[in-house]
Amino acid sequence: MEATSGNSEKSLADEKVLINELTDKEYEWGFVTDIESDVFPKGLNENTVRKISKIKNEPEWLTEYRVKAYNHWLTLKEPKWPNVVYPEIDFQDIRYYSAPKQKEQLESLDDVDPELLKTFEKLGISIEEQKKLSNVAVDVVFDSVSVKTTFQDTLKEKGIIFSPLSEALQNHPDLVKEYFGSVVPYTDNFYAALNAAVFSEGSFVYIPKGVRCPMELSTYFRINSMDTGQFERTLVVAEEGAYVSYLEGCTAPMRDENQLHAAVVELVAKKDAEIKYSTVQNWYPGDKEGKGGIYNFVTKRGICEGDNSKISWSQVETGSAITWKYPSTILKGDNSVGEFYSVAVTNNYQQADTGTKMIHLGKNTKSTIVSKGISAGRSNNSYRGLVKIGKNADGARNFSQCDSMLMSDKCGAHTFPYLEIDNKNSTVEHEATTSKVSEDQIFYLNQRGISTEDAVNMIVNGFCKEVFNKLPMEFAVEATKLLALSLEGSVG
Amino acid sequence: MITIKNLKAKIDNKEILRGLDLQVNAGEVHAIMGPNGSGKSTLANVLTGHDSYEVSGGEVIFNEKNLLNLAPEDRAREGLFLGFQYPVEIPGVSNATFLQTAINEIRKYKNEEEITPKEFLAKMREKAKVVGMDSSLISRAVNTGFSGGEKKKNEIFQLLMLDPKLAILDETDSGLDIDALRIVSQGVNEYKNENNAVILVTHYQRLLDYIVPDFIHVLYNGKIVKSGGKELALELEEKGYDWITKGEN
Repeated sequence: MEATSGNSEKSLADEKVLINELTDKEYEWGFVTDIESDVFPKGLNENTVRKISKIKNEPEWLTEYRVKAYNHWLTLKEPKWPNVVYPEIDFQDIRYYSAPKQKEQLESLDDVDPELLKTFEKLGISIEEQKKLSNVAVDVVFDSVSVKTTFQDTLKEKGIIFSPLSEALQNHPDLVKEYFGSVVPYTDNFYAALNAAVFSEGSFVYIPKGVRCPMELSTYFRINSMDTGQFERTLVVAEEGAYVSYLEGCTAPMRDENQLHAAVVELVAKKDAEIKYSTVQNWYPGDKEGKGGIYNFVTKRGICEGDNSKISWSQVETGSAITWKYPSTILKGDNSVGEFYSVAVTNNYQQADTGTKMIHLGKNTKSTIVSKGISAGRSNNSYRGLVKIGKNADGARNFSQCDSMLMSDKCGAHTFPYLEIDNKNSTVEHEATTSKVSEDQIFYLNQRGISTEDAVNMIVNGFCKEVFNKLPMEFAVEATKLLALSLEGSVG
Repeated sequence: MITIKNLKAKIDNKEILRGLDLQVNAGEVHAIMGPNGSGKSTLANVLTGHDSYEVSGGEVIFNEKNLLNLAPEDRAREGLFLGFQYPVEIPGVSNATFLQTAINEIRKYKNEEEITPKEFLAKMREKAKVVGMDSSLISRAVNTGFSGGEKKKNEIFQLLMLDPKLAILDETDSGLDIDALRIVSQGVNEYKNENNAVILVTHYQRLLDYIVPDFIHVLYNGKIVKSGGKELALELEEKGYDWITKGEN
């Protein structure tokens, strides 16, 4: 359903902005920044793991945690069940640490390497001033190290912690220890184990009891160095009655080789707390022949631990050669709410197997899943989602809607819904549709003076509207632009 | 305004238009009538550039330009408008976004300034009133979940918003009850002036009670076989098409 806004003038202007953003062509973010980096040689063994921990000056428990994760990882096999195909990954052919070389701790923006600043400008992130205006605090993870976190002081006043994980480990070790790995243990899966062993940076967010975070918190990830894997961890904790909206954006330069990205995100929402987590993922998808691109194998999970808590995931996935990701929510508290709004676009030879898991444990828990998959070129796009209703989850409700849109006759759209219902007093609804951008729609728009390319963008944006409406405004604009970029030349 | 000479067109290799001639001047309303399958909708589609049709001969001059060489969107930008017989639904795209984009594309083509949101909203309110559309219809997705009558009203609403030079209305009257027919006709009459022109494609005389044509043409077998004034419609209503089409095969 179309959400009708009471303030149509505003929404009109917004929509206009969205439409006007539909301009750019190639993968714009494919530049390499020339900065000296501290890099590890390729390869992975227990020593690599210990070395990362040492560089980071980590407490001993974490070093041991990493080693345990590494040893567990050795016993695991790469998962083969996703509906994606790729050559065997040589885990010894990856660099597990790369840090831009810096002389010392940086206090002000003036001290940051100008090359690095230029990169951020190209990415459209001005670390300080612009974001101040738009009320976003940013933590930028460049390759593996967090460069600068803005707005620290404003947040500090409210008792909010938003910092690189490595810093939080120094400043708030007990707090981090309490929640670290509590939602996604290293035993969870192959890539979660790998991440736990070799993660080199990430973000930590802590919102104290009763605090509403006054601005959107944002992390921007970028893979720059060659053959570097990026393994970051994000941990967000919202105490009782707290609220936070967290944005995550990703880009990577063009490379012929495939690069691995295996992140872990953990969210903890206490009683009456709410966490909104939005992602715009635009890792390099590879070229038109399917060469290069990022393998994006990510584990994201949140727990609605307390009653009446809420976790809402929204994601726009346009990049990566392969995406393998299922942001999930465990609805433990009674009356807790889980939401998942997703747009996944694949073009050329991209493959995506993405969806969510909603695990209903508490009474009267509610979840909503809206997934929009768009396939073009020779790509394959799969939705995979699990709705599990535990035996004590009386009155649990789920609504799932999975819509696929096909842009060519060589691409594929697949839906794999899994339902596990152990409680009779629950309701689960699933709707799925598949459509094609029709010639009649395009002609209709042509006949009103709109070019075919703009017509396709308009139709696709309309298809994704329910999800875009859930994104923070700034992200919605970016998402619309990325969509146009990603589907460039895919029809006609 | 538009000059059509010896126009021939095919679909799936079947010839539908077989040498059609028509001249429409500014300020005129022409009605094209004819039995089913005579080529009426084909004419509308060929003029607007639908790619299912292949033009196999003849020429069309619109605004002193060779219309058939233009892309469909450029024909629209030149001021050619088609009121669709079956308007399509475009889920998730609001009427407002759609029309604002259309207006600005047309303005850009003419090197004019973009319409301001304020100007646009004022215009929308004014024109919606003419066709009795309420504001919720404007913010709803294009034709999505509209009734047949609402879709046709929306076509006329778009006609008023875009204010083209030549409007071809393809069976705009089909499927309308008498009230809706009156409203739609009112919209067309509001649009009409001495600088623009209308081609009405219709089966029935009924519409012509509300929109009075200057000329009526009978299309049969891909050609115009008879032309006359508005009284021709009454004659057709009374006698059917047989008296004209007999001997035309």
